[in-house]
Amino acid sequence: MTNNIATPVTSETHTNDLAFLARIDNDEKIEACDWMPPDYRKMLIRQVSQHAHSEIIGMQPERNWLTRAPSLQRKSILLAKIQDEAGHGLYLYSVTETLGADRKSLVDALLDGRAKYSSIFNYPALTWADMGAIGWLVDGAAIVNQVSLCKTSYAPYARAMIRICKEESFHQRQGFDILWTLVHGSDAQKAMAQDAVNRWWWPALMMLGPHDSNSQHSEKSMRWKIKRISNDETRRRFLTQTVPQLEALGLTAPDPDLNYDEEAQCYRHGDIDWDEFQRVIAGNGPCNKQRLQTARTARDNQSWVLEASAAYTQNQSKQTMH
Amino acid sequence: MKNSILYEVFVRAASSSSHHHVGSLRAANDEEALLNARDLYARRNEGVSLWIVRSGNVITSAPNEQTSLFETEGKAYRYPAFYPVPKGVKNL
Repeated sequence: MTNNIATPVTSETHTNDLAFLARIDNDEKIEACDWMPPDYRKMLIRQVSQHAHSEIIGMQPERNWLTRAPSLQRKSILLAKIQDEAGHGLYLYSVTETLGADRKSLVDALLDGRAKYSSIFNYPALTWADMGAIGWLVDGAAIVNQVSLCKTSYAPYARAMIRICKEESFHQRQGFDILWTLVHGSDAQKAMAQDAVNRWWWPALMMLGPHDSNSQHSEKSMRWKIKRISNDETRRRFLTQTVPQLEALGLTAPDPDLNYDEEAQCYRHGDIDWDEFQRVIAGNGPCNKQRLQTARTARDNQSWVLEASAAYTQNQSKQTMH
Repeated sequence: MKNSILYEVFVRAASSSSHHHVGSLRAANDEEALLNARDLYARRNEGVSLWIVRSGNVITSAPNEQTSLFETEGKAYRYPAFYPVPKGVKNL
């Protein structure tokens, strides 16, 4: 713990802090009603709400292909996946409410462009093969992160992650299945699969966050066991399980420096273009403006449903009173 | 039992698990219900937390909606096992 002379802490807070850290060190889970340091609460609301926003915005690249999925079966699968993403967003917003956050304020912050969400969803889904690459690579990367979050110290978040991981496993498999089908099709279909992998490969590595040495919130988050595995370790795990799958597909990664480290028994990637990552995070990726505009339009166009529901409820209660 | 209220009892068995419904009880008020829940459902260190809810406040689905609400026939694609994993491919 850092000693900040400018802001003296009361001895009571200090005792609470120490007791809290002891619980964390003991691998105890923190429940909504338990005492927690204000910064722990704040950090969780930030992380969980960003996670929720990512699920909600993440529906958009796939929605783009719903009407053009190549068969009724593929359409049903894509629809089921998008429905899961919406559900994941809602599980996570409900976790933020256990922390005392106001769901509407969080959603407003997203729609006003004040809140962050995963960089990955600011890239366009240009072809059908992108549905495969998103499911396999993007959900694959997300799963590695989410599996580690099943052990996060905040119990309501951990419970939501366990549920989410269970549902995610079909997402990754259907993505791989789309690519597997394409690579066993015509030359043009195989080329389409390779093109999608070329475009999603680097963004999928970037979405796991900056290198540990540059990660702003990591140290405190790891200390409190909100986050259990560092960004670089998550990336290493993702790469090591994904490269053999890439080879099974007969496709290649757009990384000439990708190599297997015999000693560490893992794959190593080449340099990541962090300027691109920063650009996308700052709101200047290929689709940032379009994503927020679509989300705002959806809110505006669908507000009548909420209004109608409220009006109906009011009428019903009037009728019961008479 | 005159004027007593029916409550549903939920127990969190261990830290990190969610509360599970264990049964119901009757009590005159919320405080008494919590005490009774402890005596009735947690005499042997069964849990770390209790929730009690007035039974009248529980909103349930109707038994005859069982099929319409939970029908999943023809939706096997929502499960990972629907997708064959090619031989030799791991960690999917």
